[in-house]
Amino acid sequence: MADNPFPLSREDLLKAYRTMRTIREFEERLHVDFAKGDIPGFVHLYAGEEASASGIMMHLKDNDRIASTHRGHGHCIAKGVDVREMMAEIYGKATGACRGKGGSMHIADLSKGMMGANGILGAGAPLACGAGLAAKFRGDGGVGISFVGDGASNQGMFLESLNLAAVWNLPVIFVVENNGYAESTSVEWAVACDSYVDRASGFGLPGVTVDGTDFFAVYEAAGEIIRRAREGAGPALLECEMVRFFGHFEGDAQSYRAKGEVENLRANRDCIKSFAERVIEAGVAKREEFTAIDREVLDLIEDAVRSAKAAPLPTAQDLLTDVYVSY
Amino acid sequence: MARKISMKDAINEAIDLEMRRDPTVILMGEDVVGGTGSPGEADAWGGVLGVTKGLYAKHGKRLMDTPLSESAYVGAAIGAAACGMRPIAELMFIDFMGVCFDEIFNQAAKFKYMFGGKANTPVVIRTMVGAGFRAAAQHSQMLTPIFTHIPGLKVVCPSNAYDAKGLLTQSIRDDDPVIFCEHKNLYAHESDVPAEAYTIPFGEANVVREGKDATIVAYGLMVHKALEAADALAKEKVEAEVIDLRTLSPIDWDTVIESVGNTGRLVVVDEAHPRCSIATDVAAYVGQNAFGALRAGAQMVTAPHTPVPFSPALEDLYIPSGGAIAAAVRRTLASGQGAGAQRKAS
Repeated sequence: MADNPFPLSREDLLKAYRTMRTIREFEERLHVDFAKGDIPGFVHLYAGEEASASGIMMHLKDNDRIASTHRGHGHCIAKGVDVREMMAEIYGKATGACRGKGGSMHIADLSKGMMGANGILGAGAPLACGAGLAAKFRGDGGVGISFVGDGASNQGMFLESLNLAAVWNLPVIFVVENNGYAESTSVEWAVACDSYVDRASGFGLPGVTVDGTDFFAVYEAAGEIIRRAREGAGPALLECEMVRFFGHFEGDAQSYRAKGEVENLRANRDCIKSFAERVIEAGVAKREEFTAIDREVLDLIEDAVRSAKAAPLPTAQDLLTDVYVSY
Repeated sequence: MARKISMKDAINEAIDLEMRRDPTVILMGEDVVGGTGSPGEADAWGGVLGVTKGLYAKHGKRLMDTPLSESAYVGAAIGAAACGMRPIAELMFIDFMGVCFDEIFNQAAKFKYMFGGKANTPVVIRTMVGAGFRAAAQHSQMLTPIFTHIPGLKVVCPSNAYDAKGLLTQSIRDDDPVIFCEHKNLYAHESDVPAEAYTIPFGEANVVREGKDATIVAYGLMVHKALEAADALAKEKVEAEVIDLRTLSPIDWDTVIESVGNTGRLVVVDEAHPRCSIATDVAAYVGQNAFGALRAGAQMVTAPHTPVPFSPALEDLYIPSGGAIAAAVRRTLASGQGAGAQRKAS
């Protein structure tokens, strides 16, 4: 093996690849099964954006908390939520991560530091401030990470949180996953400032913009601001410029996108493809190692779907439980 | 040992004792310290009406002033609760819920259920409620029904200092999100309060006056108006029973039903607006579950279906009065089965 020129060990490189591939295959499979009518409700797919979730989450431990978005599958997988439980949840089964009561938009696992995907855009930012506040009181070096899209970056809850985190000097990182579209509305039109770095500095926060399809760019920038936050230097904003391979939700005809746009993105800005090429080219891992991971991931997803389909539905008893701890 | 202290001091004492007892209890809100970053006193206000005055000196950084930014800090309190803290967030006036309601009803209230039972959110949101302060339409509302409607929230509204201390202590120790409603016109009201910590369980109403002729159900300031009415009625040989609900979610239906079983007459008093209120809720519940016990239709005494007016002349008309409650009791006695019968104390 050649010398490793990357800031991650070989094991971590393979782990990051496995995470990204798992997210991709999870979403590609949902795309297919949703079209067949197997899945109730709505799903918002993260395919194309994997480098952001995995590049950031590679730095986190279970006592670091994240507050996710409606497009949360990738964050869940990268934060260590069980893929089979996630799939069962999306199928509305009793064995799901939330016992079938949450669905795609509310998958959570507090034991993994995953505070929930969220159907209310921007609502996770104050929650991440709370996670940062709790870590600060405990003094355990934990951080809170708030994910929003470019759309929710206009929400009052998000903007207020930037200020609160700065005023309280919280260990919180605000990640703007800018995929260019708030549902169907262009970021060019809907976000009035030219740059998220400017928006952050307006709140007294350092900000940095990276190519969100470049795993290594995300990894290095996130590593630096997470390290600062752990050391007490306060919050920061990270903008990941990324691409969305699917529509806002499944069933979105995407007529607002340019002709050939998605095909072009898939051909030229696929974060997993570029990651693998770079690692192979540097001689740190072989193509066969990646294809072996691909096969294992496909088996895992197939197993997750099969077990989700076979799992029992929640029953009438489940309807009324877990509203309160005691009542 | 019990001393006579005000509801304001009882609330302060409950927070102080719980902060001593449990290091995860923290308190945040606008001006709860009062003066952070200002050139004068750091601990100038202790809350806009001084309820948390002195706690900063005792507990330091565990009391946090916030920017005027309710969504952010109420949400942060909720997030911290989901991460193992027991935060108390002060929402200065319940009227301000409009700017942070999502964090309360879509986040805190739903975590437990939506996440399949895996999350606890032990947060207390302390908030001032009620009219009579000449504070006009946006600082005077009784919005308890809106919170009571939401599954996952508990709603508390004490009527006196003793209950305030016991219920707030329970709220802080409780593992569910609690909306703790403090009537601003009761802060100065005094009652006997033990110096040590104690809890009052949720869902246990208090029969504050016994009577056999009619049941008056109330909470918060309206308990005192109901007692005024009961005093006036006693002079007419009508003995009204007064029930203080104390907590609205959960609610003590058994005590209400038992009382109506004895009196056959129900008057529900609510400082909230008449539609979809605690008053309609209680009247409907009794109608559905104890119809046979009712000798007449339930009467409701509520604020009108208007915003809270400013002019003292109008605000005094807006707030349900003891006279209006007594009149409602007389109406129910004059209708239905045994109407007009003289129901003298025997």
